[in-house]
Amino acid sequence: MNMREKKKLVMVGNGMAGVRTIEHVLKLAPDTYEITIFGAEPYPNYNRIMLSSVLAGGADMQEIVINDWDWYTENHIHLHTGDAVTVIDTTNRYVMSESGVRAPYDALILATGSNPFMLPLPGANKEGVIGFRDIHDCNLMMEASKKYSKAAVIGGGLLGLEAARGLLHLGMDVSVIHINSYLMERQLDEPAAKLLQKELEAQGMKFLMQKQTSGIVGGRRAEGLQFADGTELSADLIVMAVGIKPNIELAKSSGIEVGRGIIVNDYLETSIPEIYAVGECAEHRGIAYGLVAPLYEQGNVLAKRLAGLDAPGYEGSVTSTKLKVSGVDVFSAGYFNESPQTRSLRIQDDIEGTYKKIVLQDDRLVGAVLFGDISDGAELFSKIKSGECVAGKEKELLLGYPAGQPAGGNSQSARLEAMANDEIICGCNGVTKGTIVDAVRNGCSSVGEIKSCTKASGSCGGCKPLVAGLLELYGDGPSGEPVKEGICGCTTLSRDEIVESIKTMGLKSVKEVIHVLDWNQPEGCSKCRPSLNYYLGMIWPTEYRDEKESRFANERYHANIQKDGTFSVVPRIYGGVTSPADLKRIAEVAEKYEVPMVKFTGGQRIDLLGVKKDDLPKVWEELDMPSGHAYGKTLRTVKTCVGSTFCRFGTQDSISMGIRLEKAFERLNTPGKVKLAVSGCPRNCAEATIKDLGVVAIDGGWEIYVGGNGGVKVRAADLLCTVKSEDEVMEWTAAYLQYYREQASWNERTAQWLERVGLDTIKAALSDAEERQALAERIKETLSHTTDPWKEIIENKELRKNFESLQGVQV
Amino acid sequence: MITKIMVANVQDIDEQGSRTFSVGDKEIAIFRLSDGSIRAIENHCPHKGGRLSEGMVCGSAVHCPLHDWKIDLNSGKVQEPDHGSVIVYETEVEAASGAIYITL
Repeated sequence: MNMREKKKLVMVGNGMAGVRTIEHVLKLAPDTYEITIFGAEPYPNYNRIMLSSVLAGGADMQEIVINDWDWYTENHIHLHTGDAVTVIDTTNRYVMSESGVRAPYDALILATGSNPFMLPLPGANKEGVIGFRDIHDCNLMMEASKKYSKAAVIGGGLLGLEAARGLLHLGMDVSVIHINSYLMERQLDEPAAKLLQKELEAQGMKFLMQKQTSGIVGGRRAEGLQFADGTELSADLIVMAVGIKPNIELAKSSGIEVGRGIIVNDYLETSIPEIYAVGECAEHRGIAYGLVAPLYEQGNVLAKRLAGLDAPGYEGSVTSTKLKVSGVDVFSAGYFNESPQTRSLRIQDDIEGTYKKIVLQDDRLVGAVLFGDISDGAELFSKIKSGECVAGKEKELLLGYPAGQPAGGNSQSARLEAMANDEIICGCNGVTKGTIVDAVRNGCSSVGEIKSCTKASGSCGGCKPLVAGLLELYGDGPSGEPVKEGICGCTTLSRDEIVESIKTMGLKSVKEVIHVLDWNQPEGCSKCRPSLNYYLGMIWPTEYRDEKESRFANERYHANIQKDGTFSVVPRIYGGVTSPADLKRIAEVAEKYEVPMVKFTGGQRIDLLGVKKDDLPKVWEELDMPSGHAYGKTLRTVKTCVGSTFCRFGTQDSISMGIRLEKAFERLNTPGKVKLAVSGCPRNCAEATIKDLGVVAIDGGWEIYVGGNGGVKVRAADLLCTVKSEDEVMEWTAAYLQYYREQASWNERTAQWLERVGLDTIKAALSDAEERQALAERIKETLSHTTDPWKEIIENKELRKNFESLQGVQV
Repeated sequence: MITKIMVANVQDIDEQGSRTFSVGDKEIAIFRLSDGSIRAIENHCPHKGGRLSEGMVCGSAVHCPLHDWKIDLNSGKVQEPDHGSVIVYETEVEAASGAIYITL
C-alpha cells in the first residue's frame, strides 16, 4: 500500500499503555496507519514499574526500556520526544506541539498518563520536594542521596513504599509518613499490612503512622515537615507519593469531556469523534486505573477498534497488585475487606512470615490477600475474575491442596497442569498459560527466551516462578533426536572425549582445549574451566602450569570464602595431633588478627573464621604451618582415633598410620574433595566407613574401605581389601586415589564415582600388583611437583599482591 | 559530582584477575580481561552480596563466587534467568604508562 493512502494515527504520550496499543495496531493492521507519537519525556517507551528498581540500583535505564529507538525506526513511526503536545484542533483535526510541530490526524489517541498528586501544603514548592513518577524524579533522588542523608516519603501506599525502599538502598535514612493506621490500605487488610510494616522496619524503614502533614519548613530547600499534631520531622528530601491524578489538561482545554480522567466508553472513545483515550488518563465507568494490567486490556480493545475488527468492548477490570520490594512479596486482588455479605478464611504463619486471606461472597471468590508466599496469586486471581462457584473448595483455595490430604508433593506443578489455557500467568502483560506453553513447545527453553518471545515476566517479574514451572512442566526436551549433553553448556563433548582429545592431540592449556575443541564460549564458563584445569594437571603432571584464574575463589585464595566476603583459615594438623607450641601460636595469631571465631572442625582441626582477605598472607606467615587445604578438591583431613598408643582396645597405631597417609597425600589435586580416616580397632571411632577412603585396624592387619560419604548423601563405604602391613595400606591407597584421579569426572566424589563404575571394576583394576605399582608411581610423580601454597604466596610478591586492596590517587 | 581516580597500573592486575578498591564504604572491583582491557564494577553481587572480585572471569563476564550468578562486565547485567545488575564504572587506561583511571 502506498504511504499516501495510509490513515494518519497520532498519539499524544509515549508511555506503556499507549505504545502497547500501537504495538497491537501494528500487528493487527500493519499497513493501515502512518503513526506519529509525541512524548514529553526525552526517552523511548520505558517500564515505569521498574523505576523503583532503577532507584535501588537493581536495573539501569537501558534495562527498563521496552521499545528502544530502533523499534520506532523499524516500524516507521515518527517520534517526537521531549516535546509535549499543547494544542488539539478538533475541528481541523491536527495537534500542535510545544516546539511547533504540527501533525494532522485521522485518529488521535490520548495516552497522557497521570501526574503525581502534589499536596497543596505550605512550602510544597521548595527545592527538595518531589513526586515519584518518572526518570527525572529518579535522577533527583539519586542526586539527593549523594548530598543529603534524611528522606521523608509522604504516603504509605504502593508507590510510596517503593520510593522509600529505593531511597533506603541509596543509603538514606527514610521515614514514611502515612495518614492511615496501617499501610497500603487500598490493597491490604490490616494483618497483612502490619506484617509488611514489620518486615520493612526490619530493613531499616521508619514509619510515622496516622500523621497528617500540615506544612513543609525550610529556606529555599526543604528542611523538614510539620504535622497537624504539632510535631516535626527533619528531612532534606521529601517525596510526595499520596496518589496520582490523570493528566487531563490537554483534553479539557480541547473541549473533550472529562471527569476525574478523560471520559471514555467501552471502546475507549472520548466525547469527540476519532479521539480515543487509553491508560491512566482515561476514566472508564467512573474508574481511572493506575495499574498496568487493566491499561493493557484497554490497549488491546482500542487496537482492535483501530484495526477495524469487530470485537467486544472493554468492561472494566478486576485488579490485582503485586508489591515486590526486596525481600517482601505481597499480593492482593478484588474485594479483600470483609463486609456483612462476605465470609473469609485466613491463615497466618508467624514462623514462615506468611499470611493468606480469601474473601467469599455467595460461594464465589471475590478477593484475596497474600503475604510472604504469593505463588497462589495467579490462580486466585483467575477464580476471582471468572466468578465461578467455589463451594466445597474453599479450604483448598486457602491451603493450596485438598483439605485432609498431606501438604507438599509437587503442588505447584500439579496446579499449573490443572490450570486452564486462558488463565493469566503474567498479570502485567496479560500473558496466558496457553501462550507460554505454545512458546515452550515452539522451542523456548529458558525463562529469558520465554520473556523475549511472550513478554511474560517482563515487567514486575513476580510471575517468574510460574513461568519457570511451566517451562519445566511442558519443556520436556525437544522431541526427536536427543541432544548430546556436554560437560557444560559450552560444548557437546563428554568428559571422556575431552580427556582423550587432550591426550591424543597433546593439548596443553585451557585456552588451547577451548579453541581446538571448538567451545561455543571463547573463554568457557565456571563449570568447564576448573574441570579442564584439573584434567590437564592430571594428564600432564610435570609440564602443566596450574591456572589459578580457572579455579574457584577458595582454591585461588587458598582459604574458604564466607558469605560476608571474609575467609576461613585451617592449618594442617596431621592426623589431628597438635602440640602446645602450635596451639599457642594459633591462639596468638587469632588474637592479633582479631579472628571473630575459632572453631574445631569435624575433621579434627582448628578453623579460624572471619579473616580478612588482606590479612591472609600475614596470618599464614605467622602461623608458620602448612595449609590444611580445607578449601579445595584435594586431600582434606585424615581423621584418626587414638589407637594402640593409649587406647585399651586399640589393635594398631592408627595415629601414626593416619599421619603417614596425610603427609604422603597432602596437596594432591583430585576430582572432588577426599577425606580419609584411620580407626585403631573395629569400634571405628574415627568413622572410617563414611570416608572416601577409610582404614580400620583389625588384629594383625588393616581393612581398607572406599567410596563412603557422610555428607549430602550418606553412603557406607565398601570393603576394598584387607592387608597386613602399613606399607600395603600406603600402596593400595596410592593406587586407589590415582585410579580415581584418572577415571572420575571433575567434581565427582568417590562415592558417586564408585556407584557409577561399580566396585568390581575398581577391584579388578587394582588387583594386579604391577598395575597397582604403576598407579602408585604416577601419583608419586604428581605429588613431587606440589608445594605448600601458603608458603608460595608468602614468598612471591606477584601472588601476594592479589590479596591487597588498591590505593587510589584522585586526579 | 564526578571524581576521577587513578587506581592502579595494568600490571597490578593479573589477566582474568581482579583487584579491589574502596571509596568510602563502597567497594569497586577492577578486572583485567584476557584481551588486556579493564572493567570496573560495584563489588557486590545483586543476589547475596558476594564479592565479585573473587569470581571467575570468563570472557567479559564474571561468575559470583557465592552462587555462580553470571554478571556481564560491560553492561553490569546479570545473565538470565537470574535478574539484577551492578553499577559499571567508566575506566580509562593511559596507553603509555598503563595507568588505570576510573570515573565515579
